[in-house]
Amino acid sequence: MTRRRSRFSDDLAGLVLLAALVVFVLGPLLGVLIWAFAEVWRPPAVLPTSWGFKYWGMLLSRADIQKALPVSLSISSIVTLLSAIICWPAAYAFARIEFPGRRWLLLSFIAVNAFPRFPLYVSIAVVFLSLGLIGTYTAVVLVQLVFTLLFMIWIPSAAFRGIDPRMEEAARDVGASHLTVLLRITLPQAAPALGAALLLTFVNTFYDVDGALLVGIPDIQTLPIIMLSLITGQVIVQYGAVLSVLLWVPSLVLLVFARRLFEGRAFAAGFGA
Amino acid sequence: MTTLTLRNLSRRFGTTLAVDRVDLDVADGEFICLLGPSGCGKSTALRMIAGFDTPDDGDILIDGASTVDVPPNRRATSMVFQSHALWSHMNVFGNVAFGLQLRHLPRNEITRKVSEALELVGLSGLEKRRPGQLSGGQQQRVALARSLVLEPKILLLDEPFSSLDAHLRIRLRDELKAIQRRLGLTTVFVTHDQEEAMSLADRIVVMNRGAVEQVAPPGTVYNLPATLFAAGFIGTMTMLPARAESGQLAAGPLRLPFLPRGEAKQWTLALRPEDCELSAPGASSISGTVDRIVDLGSTRIATVTLGNDTTVKVQLGRRQLTRQGDSVDVVVNRALVYRDGSDVEEINFAPAARTAAQLSREEEPA
Repeated sequence: MTRRRSRFSDDLAGLVLLAALVVFVLGPLLGVLIWAFAEVWRPPAVLPTSWGFKYWGMLLSRADIQKALPVSLSISSIVTLLSAIICWPAAYAFARIEFPGRRWLLLSFIAVNAFPRFPLYVSIAVVFLSLGLIGTYTAVVLVQLVFTLLFMIWIPSAAFRGIDPRMEEAARDVGASHLTVLLRITLPQAAPALGAALLLTFVNTFYDVDGALLVGIPDIQTLPIIMLSLITGQVIVQYGAVLSVLLWVPSLVLLVFARRLFEGRAFAAGFGA
Repeated sequence: MTTLTLRNLSRRFGTTLAVDRVDLDVADGEFICLLGPSGCGKSTALRMIAGFDTPDDGDILIDGASTVDVPPNRRATSMVFQSHALWSHMNVFGNVAFGLQLRHLPRNEITRKVSEALELVGLSGLEKRRPGQLSGGQQQRVALARSLVLEPKILLLDEPFSSLDAHLRIRLRDELKAIQRRLGLTTVFVTHDQEEAMSLADRIVVMNRGAVEQVAPPGTVYNLPATLFAAGFIGTMTMLPARAESGQLAAGPLRLPFLPRGEAKQWTLALRPEDCELSAPGASSISGTVDRIVDLGSTRIATVTLGNDTTVKVQLGRRQLTRQGDSVDVVVNRALVYRDGSDVEEINFAPAARTAAQLSREEEPA
């Protein structure tokens, strides 16, 4: 009996949370989605009186957008790739090797994300200014790289720790070299978590405004920077809405992967579940 | 023909000697069990044979050739892990085939060998399953097939059945023994379960604190444990500190008409429950009270309190009507005496034609 009752209250709590989530998260999202396809929508009307892709065409034919999209995509891709190359070996070391200061070093990655970012940006910008890096790709990539460290080390490290070292030994035992073990056993085992870390990093980098703004302008204009100027400069709601919808794509992919990630045993095991 | 030789094998972790100068010769096709409590170094020894750990001292020889410098992926050994360590992102076929694929065998030969190996462990038809869809026993069979398919010179098993329930453990144990006999595989099996070791091994290596206490066939290990540790670890044993005085061996109120050879700082008297009997008062000079009777079904063991808080465990006869609280006399038919923890001597009081230890010694291969 007690079990049934507690399951019912669990369900109820879940439903309440879900309703709250729908209202506070999906509500505004739905508004944006409607705006993106609204050609005419004046206040008294509950829904737009005219639907279409007019503003999509207008927005996508703008020169600044056409320039910014590849910039954003390439910078985010480069940052994500560099971050993986730097962080994953470190994550594996954190997971498998006991070295002095391991815990503190691991915790130190929180520090970067625990404090307000802006002072950090300013001090980085000062250094970059003296190095003549302001307004370059390199500057934006370097600044954004700093804030990927946490996810790209913590999530993969937890995933690697969740893999039974005996699995790797068993592969060595049947004849696999260290490289083969890495490629055929370790990476596939950690794949869902690694995929999630990649996407999270990509999405976060893609949406970054302040870092790119401070060290990138005037020469490097990413999509969110354009969006910011469109929203603050001209009051065409549809521009902002269409851009938002465009920017959702990586988020949606992330959500699909998140499901697979949390179903993965290795990931949960890495966090001690 | 595969032989395995351990020479002075040693491994230190910090200041503790995990494996302490172990010497062992394993004959071709022999089944060896490393038996001991957890932390006795048996798993470390096995991991060194497999190549996952490097000895600080000593040598490991396979067919007479040193293998210490050979990495695990090129050693002729194959290991079955306690946690089975199957690769959960591959199906059963993938797990068993992986080692063959690394050897670049033709595809049809891989398929043939994998299905042979799976048939050997009784898992035909489950090739497409994922490890997570199998029971614990099936998973361990896949792990065994994964090792067997590579036709290793030496099969190593690290407590492979300890996470399974008792019935399954016994079944898999019998199957393993049958497969090992059929293939004539030289095998080293690590376990802390004495029954498992007794039922599987040609010879048992009893280990304690990294060192070998005894290497002998199961019967000898049971009937004539070489050291006090082996005596206490295997089976039930009453052990009493003893003194040699005026032609007798005295342990508490217990007196035996026997004087052990030589001198010792400490004699220890060791009695198996089945080497003692309970009789009505007057049968011997050793009198006591039955404190407790444990009925294990196949045997009943009585704990008898003599004077001075000395207790002796005695196996009751099948039809013996002894009850808790009865006053009884203990008759000792056979005893072991240890001089300073080792140097065992067997004493027979009963007029048996041959002693148990003699019998098991005669069964040993020459």
